[in-house]
This record gives sequence, C-alpha cells and structure tokens, in this order.
Amino acid sequence: MPFVLAGWLFVVGLYGIVSSRNFIHMVMCMGVLQSSTYVLLLEVGYKAGGTAPIFFDTQPSAKAVDPVVQALTLTDVVVGVTVAALLMALAVQTHKRTGSVDPTDTRIMAG
Amino acid sequence: MSTRTRLLLFVLPALGVAALLVWSFTGLPSFGHYPGPYGNVVNAQVVPVRHATNAVASVNFDFRGVDTIGEEFILFAAVMGTSALLRVQRRERQEGSSDDRDESHPAAETAGAVQVICMALVAPIVLLGIYIVVHGHLTPGGGFQGGVILATAPLMVYLGGRYIVFRQVSPKGLLDFGEGAGAGGFVAIGFIAMLAGAAFLENVFPLGKASEVFSAGTIPVINLSVGLEVAGGLLLVMWEFLEQALVVRG
Repeated sequence: MPFVLAGWLFVVGLYGIVSSRNFIHMVMCMGVLQSSTYVLLLEVGYKAGGTAPIFFDTQPSAKAVDPVVQALTLTDVVVGVTVAALLMALAVQTHKRTGSVDPTDTRIMAG
Repeated sequence: MSTRTRLLLFVLPALGVAALLVWSFTGLPSFGHYPGPYGNVVNAQVVPVRHATNAVASVNFDFRGVDTIGEEFILFAAVMGTSALLRVQRRERQEGSSDDRDESHPAAETAGAVQVICMALVAPIVLLGIYIVVHGHLTPGGGFQGGVILATAPLMVYLGGRYIVFRQVSPKGLLDFGEGAGAGGFVAIGFIAMLAGAAFLENVFPLGKASEVFSAGTIPVINLSVGLEVAGGLLLVMWEFLEQALVVRG
C-alpha cells in the first residue's frame, strides 16, 4: 500500500507541528505535512508502466501517467513555498517583538 | 499546558485520523491502476488539439488556466503579505549604508573559491532559466520552474559578492514591476481572448507546429508572464529577508 506513505507523512508532520518548540521548525513540519499531498496526488495518477506526460520524443498514443494531478502538485508546491515565506516573516516579527520563537512561550501571546 | 499533556491530547485524535486515512486509502483504486478518464483524455488531446507536447503545462495554462490565475494571485498575495509584514517598523531604523561589511555587523568572509564559482554560475543560471521558461510547452519546465531558477541568479551574486551588488542587480522597483506585470499579463492574455470573441483565457493564438518553440498558442506567452512574476516575487521575498538580516536595526 504505497498510499500509506502519504498518510504517514501527514500524521508525522502534524506531530511535528504539535510538539514544536520553534516557529522555524514548525514551518518546516508544515512542509512535511504538505508533502503528503504531493505524494498522494502523484500516486493517484500513476499508471503501471506509464511514462511522464511529455510527448516531445514519444508518440501521443504512448502510455503516460495522469497530467492533471501533476499540474495540481505544481500548484501545491508553489503555494507551499509562498505560505512558508509568509509564516517565516511572521516568525521574524514575533522574535523582534518578544525575543522568542517558541510557540509554547506565553510571552508571544501577550500581543 | 505542559508538553506532556499536549502530546497526550494529540495522540488520540492523531490515531483516529491515521485510522480514517488508512480506511479511506482502502477505497482508492489500487496503485498503478489509474481509473481515468480526465488524464487519459488530456493525454490523447494535448498534441493533436493544442500542438503542445507538455501535457502538464497544457493543463496548467490552458485547460485549467483560470485555476492557475487564482493560484498565481495566491503567490502574489503571499509575496505582498511578506513585504507588508517585513516593512521597517516605527521603532526601527535602516543603517545608512546597505553594505554588509559594516563594522558593527560584519559579514562572514567569503572564500575565494566560493566567489569564483558563484560568479561563474550567474550567466549559465540565467540562460538555463530562460531556456526552461521558453520551452515550458515542449519539455518539463515552464514559468514557475524557470522563474525560480532565474531568481537564484541574483542570489548567486549575493553569495559570491556583496549585498550592495545584490541590491544593484535586482532593484526593488524593478522587482515590484516584474511581479505586477507578470501577474497582470496572465489576466491580460485572458482578456485578449475575449476581445477575439472567445471565452476568457481560451487559446486563441496561432497554434503552430507541435514540438516547435513557436507553437501551442497562448501557453508559451503565459509561461513568459508567469516566469516574470515568479522570478520577481521570489526575489522580492529574498530582498525583504536579506534587508531584515543586514540593514534593519531594531
């Protein structure tokens, strides 16, 4: 069951977020969690023996995997990167205001 | 709440989620047996109908182009959000010189070998980035991938040279313009299709001959626009973070 890999990445990323003691680490864990969706999408579109859906040097009739899920994965990666940048910016400002990047630190909730 | 309590609170729901995930996976078609039909339809249609050989790019910039506009504006909004969050705050000041060799905040010495390799890589990276963008409709690549590669060229200048040179080769005004023009260009191509009497983002440009650079209608044009936006957007993000690290003092 290769799909279990996606489930494992999801739960392990979630564990990292919950147990995180550092915002940067937390953003990285979110990346792990998000990578579960890439794995699942690519697995769903896989065809046994299929090639990449690029018909530059193969015939249009060649057996190729689903391009739709690959396009969705591309979208997913781009959104993941930009959201990570946004969260990192929040971490920078939190550190400047409170001197802490620990999500369990009560000082960061002081506002 | 102690870490221990938090973990205990996490474990039970997490086990539940894991069980639900495994249960749902058993309902999926088994691995390697893709049920279709969308992927098969796209694969069969992309070369004869769109004259593009990269099916993924055709899905992104043609078949579901409207979705990609939405995605592009997620990128746009996130970059704007990062810029807004990292602007100079009221009680901060910017050091007069944006030189990272400043006495009070010296940069790490860059080894000569690193400088040579980084500078030698700049031109090939720019060339590779443009190649990946321009051939997006033919071979793996496209505006998103090529844009990221292009954005690393000024970063190489920073790694191998000085921060001030990075600011000179990627001036913020130009990055803002590139990001905005790239995002706007995608929408503009959609409206051009409407002016031509077709639906928004319909592929109205001449399709040309498959496997040639000038083919596939609007797909390579949108790739250029997206490449500009991604390169500009990523550099803006790097610009803001480098400024936080090197110039802004609280």
